[in-house]
Amino acid sequence: MFGRIRHMIIKEFIQTFRNRKNWFPLFLAPVIQLFLFGYVVTTDVNNISTALYDLDKSQESRELARRLQASGYFSITHYPQSQDEVRDLLDRGKTLCVIQINERFSEDIAKKRPAQIQVIVDGSDSNTAMIAMNYATKIINLYSAELAAPAVKAQLSRIDFRTRFWYNPDLKSRNYNVPGVIASVIMFVCLILTSMSVVREREMGTIEQIMVSPIRPIELMIGKTAPFAVIALFDMVVVIAIGMWWFGVTMKGSMFFLFICTPAYLLSILGIGLFISTVLKTQQQSLMATMFFAMPAMLLSGFMFPIENMPLGFQYVAYLNPLTYYLIIIRGIFLKGSGMDVLWPELGCLLVLGVIIISLSALRFRKRLG
Amino acid sequence: MKFVRVRAVAKKEIIQIWRDPLSLTIAFLMPLIQLFIFGYAITFDINNINAVVYDRDRSYESRELVSEMSSSGYFSIIGHIDSYKEVDSYIDLNKAKVAVIIPEDFSKAIKTGRPAQVGVIIDGSDSNTATIADGYLNGIALQFSRRMSGVKIEPVIDIRSRVWYNPELKSRNFIVPGLIVVIMAVIVALLTSLTVAREWERGTMEQLISTPVKPAELIIGKLIPYFAIGLIDIIVALLAGVFWFGVPIYGSPLLLLALACIFMFGGVCTGIIISINAKGSQSVASQIALLSSFLPALLLSGFVFAISNMPVPLQIITYLIPARYFVTISKSIFMKGSGLETLMVETLLLTIYSAVVFAVAVKKFSKRID
Repeated sequence: MFGRIRHMIIKEFIQTFRNRKNWFPLFLAPVIQLFLFGYVVTTDVNNISTALYDLDKSQESRELARRLQASGYFSITHYPQSQDEVRDLLDRGKTLCVIQINERFSEDIAKKRPAQIQVIVDGSDSNTAMIAMNYATKIINLYSAELAAPAVKAQLSRIDFRTRFWYNPDLKSRNYNVPGVIASVIMFVCLILTSMSVVREREMGTIEQIMVSPIRPIELMIGKTAPFAVIALFDMVVVIAIGMWWFGVTMKGSMFFLFICTPAYLLSILGIGLFISTVLKTQQQSLMATMFFAMPAMLLSGFMFPIENMPLGFQYVAYLNPLTYYLIIIRGIFLKGSGMDVLWPELGCLLVLGVIIISLSALRFRKRLG
Repeated sequence: MKFVRVRAVAKKEIIQIWRDPLSLTIAFLMPLIQLFIFGYAITFDINNINAVVYDRDRSYESRELVSEMSSSGYFSIIGHIDSYKEVDSYIDLNKAKVAVIIPEDFSKAIKTGRPAQVGVIIDGSDSNTATIADGYLNGIALQFSRRMSGVKIEPVIDIRSRVWYNPELKSRNFIVPGLIVVIMAVIVALLTSLTVAREWERGTMEQLISTPVKPAELIIGKLIPYFAIGLIDIIVALLAGVFWFGVPIYGSPLLLLALACIFMFGGVCTGIIISINAKGSQSVASQIALLSSFLPALLLSGFVFAISNMPVPLQIITYLIPARYFVTISKSIFMKGSGLETLMVETLLLTIYSAVVFAVAVKKFSKRID
């Protein structure tokens, strides 16, 4: 039995590596994905292009502008001179945020009347808009508090929140996203490779040669999945190495534990890939089906959008998704240094899901070939 | 160029697509499912952050602070705990994102007018949620202080914020216009990237070569059906977005459709170039297609992640991504009601891109036939 599986695996490796063009998707694609996600998927908002419409031109208004600029969140790129110009800048998308300081701003401050400032944000990207508005409000409030009389100031700060951020004290989104990318890269590589490999044999007619050979379905199945699991693990090592050295992400937990958990995750992913390949006939179909599965799986996993914010029904769906559990595990290991004592429920769920999925596809696989 | 031959190729391609109802179904179902998930499951609004309270004071004031937190709607208090050890376990096990520790002398401090210190621990792994939770807490502190001091305090600076184009800051309103672009990019790339590779892999390309059909005719014939599928997809997505999800469209839908055609033409040609280059291997073609169309459209187009946040080299790359221009076009037409005159530059660049890609596709193809 092991001899036959070995031959199958060798054949699969030869077939995969013979075509030089295969090297690109196998090894380069995950790296490109990591770089793209690592740099792009950041929810830190910086350098919001801002226009300052200063009607007051006083010392106070200049000080406020300086503070906005110095915060690093805003970069003041335009100085419009009229209401029309403000409209035009926003219409053309040249600035995301306009700070309008009204006339008599400094006068109002001096006379202790509320001095008005208008903050206009372009809501066409509501996330950035909300963050920009929060930052602007925070900076202006701080300035406002400094200008206030000491008695008022004391009234306004009756509570002093001493906030500490655990696990990711600098609040770098990269520390959270890079482990997520690793999980999704493994999913994509494994899914596409396994779902296409059996279908290709069928499409090219070589499946019949395999069927006349003495190999049994279960052996064929192992032979068809093991090489891709190995490739995925290899990709994972490469991506982790780049994530740590290039992006400076640190792994607080044990690498060994991560490698214990990963096969449980691979079980599910390979199972789904295999299932797709037993149901479908052409590579076109299997590619479409893979994407049909992978896109919702990515969206409903907590990879980019937290599960807690979803409506309850979608949360249930998310908890049927192996990626959800693996994300908790890999982020726990990277950020919190968690081990088996904390992550056993997730690992358990992953194993249960994996065993169910792989046995279902194994049953199906036998039928199709037998 | 003879129209008859183009028609013949298109007809053959349509028959081939028609015989694969599964791929076709997925091609029409995928946009709807994505729209459904993005419309219902995904929001950028963060509410109901799980929090635990360790109240060591158990006074009227401390209870008021907790009720201020829970009535804000941003936090849901999932438990009251009695030791620091429990804080650790709640945060370690992902049960709570925020822990608030109210010290024993809290009410005493409030009564004597000293700032009362409150310990807050936030799980920083998800930096986005952590930043927003921190912002909410600051607002609550201010609110609570105002209430406790009992006097009405006028802030020195009065901030008036206004949000243009999307006043309610509904993430749906900006996601749907961007999502339409991603859907088109994905569908078109998935469908077309295999069309030439498949002919080579199955050996039917030689039959095509032996016919009198010219490269340009073959390519146009091949792209017509995929173009039509993409067009139907975008119309369906548009209708669903506007009528089902109630996303307002201020500009002209016809202009959007017309520009979508230019964008899609470029996308279809890109898919065919990939297909020609990955000669013989559909799995290579599909991976390249995913990497070169889906990921850039999702990440580098400004759909979700602001381009101004990216490192400069990546920002330069985004200028080469046609989806970038089309996302701008789609968002402007939807939310700002822009007409052709404001979108001239984007339209021109898209047109140039599509023309170049078509020329390259024809040229590449003729070489293969020789």
